[in-house]
Amino acid sequence: MIRFDHVFKRYPNGREALHDVSFEIRAGELVFLTGRSGAGKSSVLKLMTLLERPTRGTVTVNGQDTSTLPMRASPAFRRRLGIVFQDHQLLMDRPVYDNVALPLMVSDTRFRDIDKRVRAALDQVGLLEKERVSPAELSVGEQQRVGIARAVVARPTVLIADEPTGNLDHGLAREVMQLFRRFQDVGVTVLIATHDMALVREFSQREILIDDGRVFSGAQGERTS
Amino acid sequence: MTSPIIYLTRHVQAFLGALGRLLRRPLGSLLTLLAIAVALALPASLWLLVKNVQLATGDTGDAIEISVYFRPGAALEKAEQLAASARNRAEAGTVTVISADAALEEFRAYSGFGAALDSLQGNPLPHVITVKPKPDYANPRDVASVQKYLRAWPEVDSVQVDGEWVRRLSAILDLMRKMLGASVGLLALGVLVVIGNAIRLEIGVCRAEIEVTKLVGGSNAFVRRPFLYEGFFLGLLGGLLATGITVILVVALAEPVSRVSALYGGRYVLSGLDLLEAAALIGLSALLGVIGAWFGAARLISKIEPKD
Repeated sequence: MIRFDHVFKRYPNGREALHDVSFEIRAGELVFLTGRSGAGKSSVLKLMTLLERPTRGTVTVNGQDTSTLPMRASPAFRRRLGIVFQDHQLLMDRPVYDNVALPLMVSDTRFRDIDKRVRAALDQVGLLEKERVSPAELSVGEQQRVGIARAVVARPTVLIADEPTGNLDHGLAREVMQLFRRFQDVGVTVLIATHDMALVREFSQREILIDDGRVFSGAQGERTS
Repeated sequence: MTSPIIYLTRHVQAFLGALGRLLRRPLGSLLTLLAIAVALALPASLWLLVKNVQLATGDTGDAIEISVYFRPGAALEKAEQLAASARNRAEAGTVTVISADAALEEFRAYSGFGAALDSLQGNPLPHVITVKPKPDYANPRDVASVQKYLRAWPEVDSVQVDGEWVRRLSAILDLMRKMLGASVGLLALGVLVVIGNAIRLEIGVCRAEIEVTKLVGGSNAFVRRPFLYEGFFLGLLGGLLATGITVILVVALAEPVSRVSALYGGRYVLSGLDLLEAAALIGLSALLGVIGAWFGAARLISKIEPKD
């Protein structure tokens, strides 16, 4: 489902962010991507979401080699991914409903289906009663849940989360993790970039540890104990 | 493949979204609309000026007449032969042959010199042909072409075009039309720039929204669509406003023009834009809006890529 094969990434300023990175995540797995700040986690996520291209090597997501995918194909590629951001990236001048509906609006989804799926996604994250509220009026935890609802509303096969619990207290972080587990249970491949090691240990899933742009451990299927 | 219903729905969404965006910043929208309206009202007013000068001076085609004078002693058959030949030309409307005898009789009847003419030996008047061009050919170029053709006949002594003032007026109108064309071009370019710039500013304001939309799979076309509709609205409303300005101008000038006309014994009523002309102005303006928005948006949107 996700495969990095001898991937190198060097930015125009000369900094080498990834050095010969290889790993594979199978369909339906929930995997933590860990490492300190600047270790290369963000670069991995950027390569997966087509925000960057590898300098060398191949990145395969949903069976597509992103290094050869033309730019015009990137919208369709991204529609098959669900992305959760640490800073939520919500549109504050739109109600929660519109934020969650956005991935469906950009795809060929019928209006009545949009309504059904947005409500179902909001129900899953426990925010159905706040659909008409502006995200600015919500707590940080609720905003994160709106971001998760938006990421899953289009029923992606791969869910990528960048520090999804970074701004949350431990209780809220556990709640958010439970949500990701539920998506994994229905077959979604989940990759969570985090440096919250307590959470990683608590949820006991495979952990890919990156340091200084290289995979340190977890490239093959092993679970944290 | 997008179904037509979904495609239409997305357009309705973009249409309403663009309208909402314009209404959210009324002052900025109004200033842009005024700039567009003034830029379009100028050539529209010039067009009205040309149109009214044409209407006021009537159908000038009817005022042009070409007189062909034959050499003394030329046979009437030759004049009739030339008249028949002239009738076959596309430019010719009415062709009349006035024989020398008929001309003399007419002169005798109306000039009051009948007795004096009796003392003349023979008829000093030549045969004459008059040619009135068809209205579509009553322009300097076609008249000159007919004139050249007629003058080429050996029996013809001279060819004279009556209606020099028509030629001058035609030249002035021609100049005004050229000025109108140039001003339409320049001001249309101005409208494109105004709308393109307004859209670029709007895109700058919406940059974060565009990035998020692209991150969740929005294509350039999807992101661009509401901005094209915004350009369309700016053009459409600017065109309507420009039409309103010309209507106000015509209403304001109607009375003074009538007064001047009355002083010359006329009853001229100033003509404004008719329905077709107003529709053309509004339609052109809306089209300029879409084109301006396209130039403002297309490249900029394709350059905006989401950040992490």
